[in-house]
Amino acid sequence: MTVAVAPRLLLGDVAVGDALPLLDYEVSATTVVLGALATRDWRPMHHDKDFAVYRNGTQDIFLNTPNQAAWFERYLTDWTGPHGRLARVTFRMKGSVFPGDMMSLRGQVESTAVDEVGCGFATVAVTLSVAGDAKTTCAARIALPTSADDNPWVRRGDEWWPSPPSP
Amino acid sequence: MTPADALAGALDLIGKEQYHEVGEFPVERGYIWTSCSSVENGNPLFWDDEVAEALTGGPIAPPSMVSVWFRPHHWAPGRTEEALPLQVHFDLKERFGLPEAVMTDNTIEFHTPVRMGDVLRTHQVLRSVSDEKTTKLGTGRFWVIDVVYMNQDSELVAVESYTGFGYRRAEGSGS
Repeated sequence: MTVAVAPRLLLGDVAVGDALPLLDYEVSATTVVLGALATRDWRPMHHDKDFAVYRNGTQDIFLNTPNQAAWFERYLTDWTGPHGRLARVTFRMKGSVFPGDMMSLRGQVESTAVDEVGCGFATVAVTLSVAGDAKTTCAARIALPTSADDNPWVRRGDEWWPSPPSP
Repeated sequence: MTPADALAGALDLIGKEQYHEVGEFPVERGYIWTSCSSVENGNPLFWDDEVAEALTGGPIAPPSMVSVWFRPHHWAPGRTEEALPLQVHFDLKERFGLPEAVMTDNTIEFHTPVRMGDVLRTHQVLRSVSDEKTTKLGTGRFWVIDVVYMNQDSELVAVESYTGFGYRRAEGSGS
């Protein structure tokens, strides 16, 4: 039997300028190493401090990009709930995140829209920062249900446009 | 190869599929749980089978994991050399004789969800190569490379686009 799952957040609940709840997380060496291995990234600068310091010239091992993508996804779907369907993300890396850093994820809704095939989307600007210094920015487009019985995950083929059509 | 030949050869590759690869193992839940655990992602879509059944018709992988399914094992029997992810990028550096490179941004567009047991395939497509440009890093070229991910049923799973800048440091920059 399939259970009914009510959406946590509908497109109509969201307005331009809304702030997503802040997420603070204290990064440890375990965070970095676990994140690297979870993304099958065996490169030494993500687990070997001597390599990171003496070969890469960084202060310590640092979070890899695919694991940061997982942090951004978690941050966005903590907000939307399981009905939120990630459509498109653009990352810009500006600096590294090290053990001992308190990283903060903040997000703000930049637009909402319903596309030509009836799918609701919000675009959100998310920043991962340490002590107020932006380390990675992420422009995300995520589908949200337009009504209590809508589910963006059932869309396939011509009903799913992860990027907005070009003007 | 003259600079003009290097450019002509690169322009000739634009739009062509290169480096077809198949994932080394089928998509499986252990990795999904390890990934969710690494970022404390409690989305019930990945932990609660009833929610997954109701919303996605069964378990799926977090979309952001798409590149995870292609990173090769650290070791495998009989392997003599490791394919570099984003080989087209390294080919362009060599073609233009540009020793340094940075990725300036990375976009991923998600299509059909990834499901347990999927064996994904990927290929790379060069989309563009710029004229020579000088930035504060040095002189070189920008290029855009797409990595296209498909499943075993030839459904499009994701397209990842990288913008790279291959360059030579300015002489006397000392850094």
